[in-house]
Amino acid sequence: MTATETITVTLWRGKDEGRYETYVVPRNESQTVLDIVTHIQREIDPTLSYRFACRVGVCGSCAMTVNGRPRWTCRTHVSKVVEDGKLEIGPLANLPVIKDLATDMTRFFERWQQAKGVFEPTTTRADAIAAVLPSDPQRQKADAGIECINCGVCWSACDTVRWNPDYLGPAALNRAWTLQNDSRDGAQTDRIAAVSAKGGCQACHTHQSCEQHCPQGLNPTASIAGLKRMSLQAYLRGELE
Amino acid sequence: MSFRLYVLQRATALILVPLIAVHLIVIFYATAKGISAASILARTRGSFGWGAFYSVFVIAAALHGAIGVRNVVAEWGPDQLKRNARLLSLILWVTGLGLAGLGLRAVYAVVVA
Repeated sequence: MTATETITVTLWRGKDEGRYETYVVPRNESQTVLDIVTHIQREIDPTLSYRFACRVGVCGSCAMTVNGRPRWTCRTHVSKVVEDGKLEIGPLANLPVIKDLATDMTRFFERWQQAKGVFEPTTTRADAIAAVLPSDPQRQKADAGIECINCGVCWSACDTVRWNPDYLGPAALNRAWTLQNDSRDGAQTDRIAAVSAKGGCQACHTHQSCEQHCPQGLNPTASIAGLKRMSLQAYLRGELE
Repeated sequence: MSFRLYVLQRATALILVPLIAVHLIVIFYATAKGISAASILARTRGSFGWGAFYSVFVIAAALHGAIGVRNVVAEWGPDQLKRNARLLSLILWVTGLGLAGLGLRAVYAVVVA
């Protein structure tokens, strides 16, 4: 690859109202989408707003819409996503835009609280450490969902989030599912009521866009299906109103 | 959608699956044999079995369809409608009672009248 090779990128500028603007960026080997955005901000237009921190796929802050699909831009190589030499980069969908590529993720995180995505301990530091075997089937269900980095890609990809303003969303429900399978947690009755209230797990259409797009390879749809089964059992026991 | 409606829609789906199978098989059987409306009516009139079968069918279908229509409006309707819980309930009841009324009237016509 020669140093003079370039790529033409269109990038969202503005808030919810705005337009895609065109930039020409030098092409480099192993270049990521985040590298492109950073180049534009540092070399072409310093007023460009976007969000990133770790650059290595850990922090979950750099998710954007790339050629129509939500992706973690720091771990997305340009060569893998460029279509007919074109690259269109926009903010995540289903969230209000603060400016350019930065979205207001308040609603996304509020849903985590609403789904009671917080561990409620049943012991204190004075007690012995709980013995949890990695081979325990319940623990394995939890382990399957715990690597979420809160990037918002699943929220952005989800049709139900787009259609249903009350929906808790894949990430918050996936988090709730991991806690429902945590033997040390003491809030499971409250949490199952929270995830089967209006906009809860039952609203999921099983389109599996969250699974398709999750950069961590998680399957929130499976977690939500687990919550549906758990909620149904609670409903039949008369524990849900 | 409340969890109660979610459960009710799945329960009615479970009921409907075998009933639809019987319904379709009987339709194919009856039309393949070329039997007349009069001979069908002769079998259904006064039949407790067919009356019960289609009464359950109609009620399950009315509940299932009404919850579905309510959800379609709640997700795809205009924003003012999505947020209006009373209007969504009204859509549920009007659709459900409408479908049940039309269906039960038909059951009455082929079984009793």
